[in-house]
Amino acid sequence: MHSEPRLTAYIIRRLMQSAAVVLAMSVIVFLGLNVIGDPVYLLIDPQADQAEIERTIRRLGLDQPIYIQYFNFITNALTGNLGTSFVHGTSALKLIVDRMPATLEIAIAATLMSIVFGIPLGLYAGLKPDNFFSKSIMATSILGFSLPTFWVGIMMIMVFAVMLGWLPSTGRGPTATFLGITSSLFTIDGLRHIAMPALNLALLKISLVIRLTRAGTREAIHQDYIKFARAKGISSSRIVGVHLLKNIMIPVVTVLGLEFGNLVAFSVVTETIFAWPGMGKLLIDSIQSLDRPVIVAYLIIIVLLFVIINLVVDILYSVLDPRVRIGEKSA
Amino acid sequence: MTFSKSVLAAVVAAGLALAAAPSAIAKDLRMALSAEPSAMDPHFHNLTPNNALTSHVYERLVHFDEKQTPIPGLATSWKTIDENTWEFKLRTGVKWHDGSPFTADDVIFSMERAPNVENSPGSFALYVRGKTFSKVDDHTVRVTTKEPYPLMPNDMATIAIISKKAATGAKTDDFNSGKAAIGTGPFKFSEFVKGDRYVVVRNDDYWGGKPKWAKVTIRPIKTGPARVAALLAGDVDVIEEVPTTDIARLQGDAKVSLGQGLSNRVIFFHMDQWRDESPFITANDGSKIKNPLKDVRVRKALSKAINRPAIVDRLMEKAAVPASQFLADGFFGVSKKLKPEAFDPDGAKKLLAEAGFPNGFKLTLHSPNGRYINDARMAEAVAQMFTRIGVETKVETMPPAVFFNRASAGAGGNPEFSFILVGWGAGTGEVSSPLKSLVATFDKVKGMGTANRGRYSNPELDKVIDQALATVDDAKRGELLAKASEVAIEDVGVIVSHYQLNTWATRKGLSYTPRTDEYTIATSVSEQ
Amino acid sequence: MSVTDVGTVPTPAARPAAQTPFQRFVADFTESRLATIAFILLIVTMVLALIAPWIVPQNPYDLAQVDIMDSRLKPGTPAASGKYTHWLGTDGAGRDLVSAMLYGLRISLAVGVMSGVIAMALGAAIGLIAAYAGGRTESIIMRIVDLQLSFPAILVALMLIAILGKGVDKIIIALVTVQWAYYARTVRGSALVESRKEYVEAARCLGLSNARILFRHILPNCLPPLIVVVTVQTAHAISLEATLSFLGVGLPQTEPSLGLLISNGFQYMLSGEYWISFFPGLVLLMTIVVINLVGDQLRDVLNPRLSK
Repeated sequence: MHSEPRLTAYIIRRLMQSAAVVLAMSVIVFLGLNVIGDPVYLLIDPQADQAEIERTIRRLGLDQPIYIQYFNFITNALTGNLGTSFVHGTSALKLIVDRMPATLEIAIAATLMSIVFGIPLGLYAGLKPDNFFSKSIMATSILGFSLPTFWVGIMMIMVFAVMLGWLPSTGRGPTATFLGITSSLFTIDGLRHIAMPALNLALLKISLVIRLTRAGTREAIHQDYIKFARAKGISSSRIVGVHLLKNIMIPVVTVLGLEFGNLVAFSVVTETIFAWPGMGKLLIDSIQSLDRPVIVAYLIIIVLLFVIINLVVDILYSVLDPRVRIGEKSA
Repeated sequence: MTFSKSVLAAVVAAGLALAAAPSAIAKDLRMALSAEPSAMDPHFHNLTPNNALTSHVYERLVHFDEKQTPIPGLATSWKTIDENTWEFKLRTGVKWHDGSPFTADDVIFSMERAPNVENSPGSFALYVRGKTFSKVDDHTVRVTTKEPYPLMPNDMATIAIISKKAATGAKTDDFNSGKAAIGTGPFKFSEFVKGDRYVVVRNDDYWGGKPKWAKVTIRPIKTGPARVAALLAGDVDVIEEVPTTDIARLQGDAKVSLGQGLSNRVIFFHMDQWRDESPFITANDGSKIKNPLKDVRVRKALSKAINRPAIVDRLMEKAAVPASQFLADGFFGVSKKLKPEAFDPDGAKKLLAEAGFPNGFKLTLHSPNGRYINDARMAEAVAQMFTRIGVETKVETMPPAVFFNRASAGAGGNPEFSFILVGWGAGTGEVSSPLKSLVATFDKVKGMGTANRGRYSNPELDKVIDQALATVDDAKRGELLAKASEVAIEDVGVIVSHYQLNTWATRKGLSYTPRTDEYTIATSVSEQ
Repeated sequence: MSVTDVGTVPTPAARPAAQTPFQRFVADFTESRLATIAFILLIVTMVLALIAPWIVPQNPYDLAQVDIMDSRLKPGTPAASGKYTHWLGTDGAGRDLVSAMLYGLRISLAVGVMSGVIAMALGAAIGLIAAYAGGRTESIIMRIVDLQLSFPAILVALMLIAILGKGVDKIIIALVTVQWAYYARTVRGSALVESRKEYVEAARCLGLSNARILFRHILPNCLPPLIVVVTVQTAHAISLEATLSFLGVGLPQTEPSLGLLISNGFQYMLSGEYWISFFPGLVLLMTIVVINLVGDQLRDVLNPRLSK
């Protein structure tokens, strides 16, 4: 085990690197979006005369040279103000934070789904690799990450909402508050609404978990401790349920942890199709309307989210597996 | 709840969910929009979805009926006192949602606030500037201008009247939270969850009679097919902007009824007529040529090359009407003489040859992608038609925000493109709006030709427009506007293509009265 | 095709077998019937895409040949000219779907392969340099790689396209940007392993130049894992391009890729004119599946840990 100061130093170094990333990224996005332009001509009443256009440009602070705009942005950002949305006129940070629960709940639901479906199927495919059903699982899992998400999404709406009428087609259901958390996961109607988009988002991850579990199972099954347990006459369900699963879970959980950020990012597509009021849809809308403050704020928040997830995963990993030494060659 | 229990609960719930059928509660209405309103503050942004949403809660002095004819709103009557003064008589006995009475003070307050909203990306200043509002008594307001101003009632149909008591010092966020969202309209504010849902409930004390719907929930569903799916699945009762591709199918569906009507929007093309060499026009070998669009024969040829009936039939699935001018028949100020240009590829080729381009030239057509109904596909279809008469046309589409920026002020503050597809919705519901903005000579100081992205200029036309804008007499102004339209169209200042039809779909048992202004509002939904 | 390159890799220690390495590789690969079929299908797909301009009845990118009057024709309708039949119907702009799909396949594959190859070249070079240079250079390079990998590809691509604008070249730039890091990491990993092996020591002792050792000796031995990454990343790239097109930031309207054909056809999903997006969807799906199947088998065959 490593000593405390070393861990602290490691965390500080990671945080400083992240700050550098955030800074670099904000410059790139800021300048990049500035080159493409601003949404004034899209947003303003087309009958507006030049005077009114100029007044609006001033009101949005777009009359300043770009380096002054950036300087203002940075000084404000240091006080926690990430700017005001051009389109919505309210704080970009608040816009995103307001929509974050919707995105997080869909990402959490998708992660749960990938565990619930992925691990049993992967275990089965790993234990009986030559079985027909196992082969079908593997073939289908290839479909899982070959199908474009948007295509599956609209197909699901067609089948489950329009043709069968089982589930609501789009949108987020009513929310309820449980243990201080307000989420649509706590109402029945909310669960009905989240089922399809979460599955849509989960498809890729289910395939991933199936493959990881299968690979892990196949590797572990030949290892001495399993052979030893078999020789000792421990029941096979106990071997699988306790010894095998425990060993497979570490890589699966690690990968799912790292992939959580990807789920949040990929929700851009799912949210667009299912009219899910989350951050992803806000990002797409903001990109289309060149709402720079919201785009920059979104990226900063996502980067922070990633940094935190990676850091937590790394630290957990080093705690779980003493062979990994943090700070030497961190991944 | 432990983890495993909550998973169990989720599984059970999912099972129940499969069994439960979606049920609509009577007298509640659920509507799906194609665009997302950005605020409950009626002065924040002059934008169709915002205006439509806020008109549930707020009212204007003058209302537009579904054909955009001005009718009494919070003002019961209006008249001109002298050339430069209008007087509005306010409705008596109207109460704000908080119970306080509506008076002239609220009107003056609203007119002062409208042009000065913090962070507004597109304010209503245009409709207030140059006007001085004064209170005569509690129920009379006078408006004075420097010059005669015939469009006063139309302008007054844009500004929502808000409560002085509730909204003094209020910011846009205070409206969104409901704190300042006190109106006089048929519905009261209930909930505003940005990007998710907007809920209003019935105002039982409404002066115009009790509204039919106890609660109206409005949701944005931007993707067309998803919107239709939501209606078919019974998740919403009304949807706007039915994708043209689905109209035929929905017409045959017994569970759905459609409401379709003409809009105030014309789809047309601006042509670069101010540069001697246009950046996106070259000879067939790629070399620079003199701007052919300055020649009226070339413009006319391009207009003749467009097969308008085919566009209406094949592309718009009949949800459009071939256009002859800026607004369809029935609007104020349209010309009775103009007819849509007939499809005539041979005539077009002949005109091109006469103008010195027997083998045509190369052109890039720029279009926004997702601003107007089927815009990108429309650009593609027209490029096909131009290519057939020898004008080899490339299409470049871009997101609307990028497009309008570059099309308006891309090249050193000037329009960047040579030939663009755009649309114009006449917010005022009459012809002076497109004439003044699209074909009048661009003039920063006078505020004319503000959206004239081809910089077409015709002094004769300018004279007629100026004259019309200063004529208060309706009949005389109508004639002048018609004449101006004729001049602009005959000189092919722009090429008009079609008027959009707006299509709403409702579940069976309801119907939607189509509106030319594209607003989706609960009061236009009726039970059959 | 890159697959055959594997056989020419000089193996450091010749194995005592009657088969050449290539023959063994082929034997291993064809052990899975599914993968073999997938490989054949992949070759067929690529050939079809290559020769598309000479076999399709219409050039769907030539606006003079496409007519809006022919839009949304049912599969099997004869063309207006009477010279051929729209076997799979036409799309919303009047393009013959068979022609449009093959041309779209060309673009999709070109985007996938081009971005894959460029990203590989770039990534491999950077990875090799990192592995060989070591020290500070390596840690800086690998830090950048880590950062790049920790960003979701779709977000980076979205941002880049939003900033760069539309076009095939821009899509490729965006895809290379999101992909190079995978190659860099893979190559560095295997190069580190290789550079500790005896043959490299031997080469050093012989006084061969660094560059020579790097490119002639180490790189070829890093190829197997690289090939696996290439196949997987190509499939990713094709799928990502389709998604970007769906989100409205992809390719030009008049020259649709498969992805753009699908997202254009998306509008017709509820209208009963299923063929407009169904067939392109099928072809896209098939292409990605066969690439993944081939990649999967390659991984199994080339993975020393699973070799028997």
